[in-house]
Amino acid sequence: MSDLDAFRAEVRGWLEANCPAEMREPIREEGDVCWGGRNWVFKNDAQKQWLEACAAKGYTVPDWPKAYGGAGLTPEQTKIFKQEMKRIHARSPLDSFGIWMLGPALLQFGTEEQKVQYLNPIARGEIRWCQGYSEPGSGSDLVSLQTFGEDKGDHWVVNGSKIWTSYADQADWIFCLVRTDKANKYQGITFMLFDMASKGVTTKPILLISGNSPFCETFFDDVEVPKTQYVGEINRGWDVAKYLLGHEREMISGGGAGGDMVSIGGAFAKSFGKNAAGELDDPILRAEMAAFDVDVFAYRAMGERFMDMWKTGRAHPASSNMMKYVGTELNKRRHELVMSGGGSEALEWDSEETKGGARARGWLRTKANSIEGGTSEVMLNVIAKRILDLPGA
Amino acid sequence: MPLYHNDDQAMLKDSVAPFVAEQAPVSHLRKLRDSADATGFSRDLWTQFTEMGLPGMLVPEAHGGLGMGHMEAGIVLEEIGRNLTPSPFLSTSVGAVAALAKAGGTQAGRWLPAIASGEAIIALAIDEGAKHRPDRIAATATRAGNGFRLDGKKSFVLHGHVADMSIVAAKTDGGITLFAVPKDAKGVTADPRRLVDSSLASHVTLDGVEVDADAVIGEVDAGGDILDALLAATRTGAAAEMVGVGQGAMDMTVTYLKERKQFGKLIGEFQGLQHRAAHLYGEMEVARATVMKAQQLLDEGNEGAKLMVSVAKAKAGRAANLAVREGVQMHGGIGMTDEYDIGLYMKRDRALAEYMGDVHYHIDQVARMNGY
Repeated sequence: MSDLDAFRAEVRGWLEANCPAEMREPIREEGDVCWGGRNWVFKNDAQKQWLEACAAKGYTVPDWPKAYGGAGLTPEQTKIFKQEMKRIHARSPLDSFGIWMLGPALLQFGTEEQKVQYLNPIARGEIRWCQGYSEPGSGSDLVSLQTFGEDKGDHWVVNGSKIWTSYADQADWIFCLVRTDKANKYQGITFMLFDMASKGVTTKPILLISGNSPFCETFFDDVEVPKTQYVGEINRGWDVAKYLLGHEREMISGGGAGGDMVSIGGAFAKSFGKNAAGELDDPILRAEMAAFDVDVFAYRAMGERFMDMWKTGRAHPASSNMMKYVGTELNKRRHELVMSGGGSEALEWDSEETKGGARARGWLRTKANSIEGGTSEVMLNVIAKRILDLPGA
Repeated sequence: MPLYHNDDQAMLKDSVAPFVAEQAPVSHLRKLRDSADATGFSRDLWTQFTEMGLPGMLVPEAHGGLGMGHMEAGIVLEEIGRNLTPSPFLSTSVGAVAALAKAGGTQAGRWLPAIASGEAIIALAIDEGAKHRPDRIAATATRAGNGFRLDGKKSFVLHGHVADMSIVAAKTDGGITLFAVPKDAKGVTADPRRLVDSSLASHVTLDGVEVDADAVIGEVDAGGDILDALLAATRTGAAAEMVGVGQGAMDMTVTYLKERKQFGKLIGEFQGLQHRAAHLYGEMEVARATVMKAQQLLDEGNEGAKLMVSVAKAKAGRAANLAVREGVQMHGGIGMTDEYDIGLYMKRDRALAEYMGDVHYHIDQVARMNGY
């Protein structure tokens, strides 16, 4: 038995012994996703037990070093771990912007002290982070951001506001881009970390077209941030921000930008009428769903290849932009088809039968996929410039 | 297995890519076309392929081949596609080998070594009409004497007029049977037609063709699985070739965007074109990954291969088609001229798209395999 086979057997055995049956059920509602944090209320014992078991083993962040709360797995081992999780339909023990975004940035740019201090609580799900990037006047043109940190010697005094801060109202800490030099556009931003309980921080949820409020406006009114709480160098936060955006796009891509990567036609075949030949009885919708399925299965292969290459340093550094673009456009298409397949039932907004209009709300939510984390148009700009090397882009 | 080329495969690519680019670039296709070549490919080039061991890549070592897999064959096919090289590689070294190796027996022993040594060119006589419908084969094989009598019509038989042997799919009493029909068999007529991409494909008529019982590839009535192996290999190979065609067209087009000036600017500075080029890049990358996945599953003998083969043929078909259409459009007026190569890419893409099932056929297959 090769080392990897032995590892697979070990993981399989561990999962069998430690993953509660409830945690192998599909995600049905928002509370099923565990975000952790100071104020997290576990939905049930199984969710708590699963998080704790994974955290103790380093499996919330399997490829992070052990010193920072990970399991220190190699890329091959991580792939096997994920395959084994998927095999038993195990839920993610912990979803977290700390894991997906801040963690990779700290691993790259943080001091040893910062890594130990911040990464371990992230891995254990003790601190929930949010991301302070966009501002009302700075969306796609993020680098124009105006939130300002005035230098007061041993601390900054931060004033300004952020928008589209995911779950800011539930987060414990924020990683935040703050201008610290008004004269220097790119080299005048510092990547700060501070507690959302700091005096002067307020949040206000934004009601979206889906009727839900996953995003907030976040206001800073004379917030004091100690001058130890920054990542990388002062005024060089844009480097960290760009690196992190790459990871965000990687996360969106690898973590299912294409949404649920199963056959859409196969899912509808159960509920939809079929003709005598066993085909969905709307031939045009069937054809569209089948064409979509081709793209889904193709994107799944792309996701596998992308991760294999990304983890071993073979991928073009800008290729996560392509993944994000293709995957999010695909997910929007899926939800258009889900609505068509559901017909008038899928229009219901709050009925019990539709789980409170899950399809309609989900469909509307996906429209943000190609806006958040960089719009599709920005992704295409980046591909044109950095991968195709087109002029003037 | 990671979904990228390992070191051996990367080395193979490093030797095959410059070889094909130097020995058989697009000008090689033009030369054959403009001299009204009647063979459909260059035998000298095939000899060079043989010197590199390429015709027998997929042939098992016991039969004198290299015993490689579809991932390796795909490397060769991508370069064939990128250079629009006319070659019997796909039908002979991929499709026929897959069928013969799966079947084993007399015909495998007879033909596999001859393929590996570069002596035999094999054609695949599957289609019978303008569209690929392998589930509706009408050609018949009836028992006669010690063997069979074949009757029917086949179409889109690439290299059919020069092949040393054709693999013919025919209906027998209890199913489908594949036959190895030699070149000189009485009653076989191959009528070669020049296609849009300058390749030669024959309409083959089988009129009371008598073959011995041992002409059967595999077992009588049990040709379905062998045909499936042939189709899976050929479709995946055609998809790999299309990735080469699409990539070649895209590279040429992106280069052109950096050279051509209008309105005092390089046209590649216009966002209208940048976004389309970037979108095309994504589609081509996805197609490439998909084809590699199909190759990997075929090489593993994975049961999921069949679905992925159809996905690959459909996705590569869509992506390469986008590449050649955008290629001609972005080249503007010169894209319409015979002098520029981009139009040749469009022609080859069209022929490959049709070969062994077009996009629509394979999308339908994907629906069926997913229960709808």
